[in-house]
Amino acid sequence: MRRVIQLIPLLLALSIISFVIIELPPGDYLTMRILELRQAGTEVGEAEIARLTAQYGLDKSIHTRYFMWIWNIIRYGNFGRSFQWDMPVSEVIGERIALTMVISICTLFFTWMMAIPIGIYSATHQYSSFDYVFTFLGFIGLATPNFLLALVLMWLSFTYLGISVTGLFSPEYVDAVWSWAKLWNMGQRLWVPVIVIGTAGTAGLIRVMRGCLLDELHKQYVITARAKGVSEKKLLFKYPVRMAINPLISTIGWLLPAIISGEAITAIVLNLPTTGPVLLRALMYQDMYLAGSFVLILSTLTVTGTLVSDISLAWLDPRIRYKGISE
Amino acid sequence: MKLINDREKEKRERYYLASQWELMWRKFRKHKLAITAGPVLGFLYFLVIFCEFISPYSSLTRYPKYLNAPPQRIHFFDEDKGFQLRPFVYGLKRKIDPETFRRTFTVDKSKRYPIYFFVRGEIYKLWNLFESDLHLFDTEGGPIFLFGAEKLGRDLFSRIIYASRVSLSIGLVGVSLTFVFGLILGGIAGYFGGVIDTIIMRVVDLLISIPTIPLWMALAAALPRDWPVIKTYFAITIILSIIGWTGLARVVRGKLLTLREEDFTMAAKITGASEGRIITRHLLPSFLSYLIVSLTLSIPYMILGETTLSFLGLGIQPPAVSWGTLLQDAQNVRAVAHYPWLLIPCIFVITTVLAFNFLGDGLRDAADPYK
Repeated sequence: MRRVIQLIPLLLALSIISFVIIELPPGDYLTMRILELRQAGTEVGEAEIARLTAQYGLDKSIHTRYFMWIWNIIRYGNFGRSFQWDMPVSEVIGERIALTMVISICTLFFTWMMAIPIGIYSATHQYSSFDYVFTFLGFIGLATPNFLLALVLMWLSFTYLGISVTGLFSPEYVDAVWSWAKLWNMGQRLWVPVIVIGTAGTAGLIRVMRGCLLDELHKQYVITARAKGVSEKKLLFKYPVRMAINPLISTIGWLLPAIISGEAITAIVLNLPTTGPVLLRALMYQDMYLAGSFVLILSTLTVTGTLVSDISLAWLDPRIRYKGISE
Repeated sequence: MKLINDREKEKRERYYLASQWELMWRKFRKHKLAITAGPVLGFLYFLVIFCEFISPYSSLTRYPKYLNAPPQRIHFFDEDKGFQLRPFVYGLKRKIDPETFRRTFTVDKSKRYPIYFFVRGEIYKLWNLFESDLHLFDTEGGPIFLFGAEKLGRDLFSRIIYASRVSLSIGLVGVSLTFVFGLILGGIAGYFGGVIDTIIMRVVDLLISIPTIPLWMALAAALPRDWPVIKTYFAITIILSIIGWTGLARVVRGKLLTLREEDFTMAAKITGASEGRIITRHLLPSFLSYLIVSLTLSIPYMILGETTLSFLGLGIQPPAVSWGTLLQDAQNVRAVAHYPWLLIPCIFVITTVLAFNFLGDGLRDAADPYK
């Protein structure tokens, strides 16, 4: 409960940062828009400028605008209006945020599904040839930024398989309404971004898992259990693995921001219909309400995810759970 | 027999008498990967320092006849004359595909361009100070493209060397900024504790919880496009350090919190040492090694950050080049499929990041007294 209350100042600070981002660029979209209209030969009168300024609230002071923005978000779920798309921000980003979440959560599970078994293998077969192979691959995975991996994957699949792995849907499904067929179609293409985004995290987690498990394996309770004749399999999975997984869960705190951040850049390279490309375009055209809302929502999601991971850690690990009660 | 024993004894004595740094160096030498990573980085930085001299052309010199020319191979064997000491490259013959109108190049074995070393070529200003026209190598007769040419006919090798200067130095400059921010803020938090500590650590928590790339993108997009290169360069490093200092501040704070309680700190206080003296003379040396490790490991993240931003077109702006701006050309998958050498900058990025990681790993093992 205390953690939930601590979340409030954090969210407030995040909203201020997002708003600073909105206000940061020297020019604003309106001046650009007016210039564009004038260049196109459309006469923009003083009255029209005043009307647009008032509509976007550009005539008020900064803190009034901040409170207006926040109040609209809390009260109506209204994040402001995207200048560039000429529709409410929430409509532009709704589906994209959802897809971002789907990809991020899939990536998170992928990371764990890969990292835990490989970590266990590497720790129990320390210094075996596969351990070295995984360590080497892990280093490469850590050193390759997401967008490079995406570029190379795109190139390889284009030249050798002749298919383009960009996008999340086949052309015929892009504008289609959601259906099972579309979902299936997405599932077929989802693995590319999931692998691209997940590699770095997986590499990091394998090392954490391997290190933790190695520490546990040399502890005395393992030796005791072995001396008592517990089978190796039971011995491994019942205690040390369980102990080693706990720190893994607490890594969500940095894994989740990394995944969402990697998602943004991968989406730009692979041209996925998620937040990345729209955020980039919004920033390019100084469509600041859109950009600021993206930053706000993405960081809120990250913070919430971290909170969930902390709670689940407490739930999984009796030591933390009981300490919390006794305090 | 006695001699061996003596030598053995002497060796052991030297081990016991060795200073902290000497012990670390001994442990570091055992880390094979770190030992190889050091010279690799040294070589890269050497290339970068003398980049005007090492690259045959400037990053902007255009060869309009050689748009998208493939990399040329250096040969030592000639079909007629056999082995030759002086390496040479074959000329390139341009052909235009009658159907697709795409230019293709074939190796023209009738033309041989020998490579000469330390030759006079384009005039440049080394570090913007010394004017010279000496280049490490060039060919006679035609241009040489070791890594091919890009879509405007500029030599990719020269461009990569120039780009490395920006990308590699941004890591160092960014890390020194990070160092200053992290040391000061982490030091304040750890040494004074209390409310200041809470505030600084909350800010750190806040910054860590924001996904970095969207935040960097948003901040970088706010930079005016018409700024001069050098101004953008420093702005980008500042943006990268905004997130970077948090990790270091945590390390510094954690170390200071434990060291503050140590007996030797108390002893120094009782003998009347000033706070500044305690920090610089007693506390700082105790965790300097950790600082170095933490910094080494954060350099690659700086480099990757800059590369990512420039790749998106939000970082270093043309005509300046960095690895990220070079990779922009590789964004189009069709271009890469036809001209795969556009991906060569990737090799530099990955090598550098790997080398820094290995070096940091080796340093960490060396700095850990319990290992």
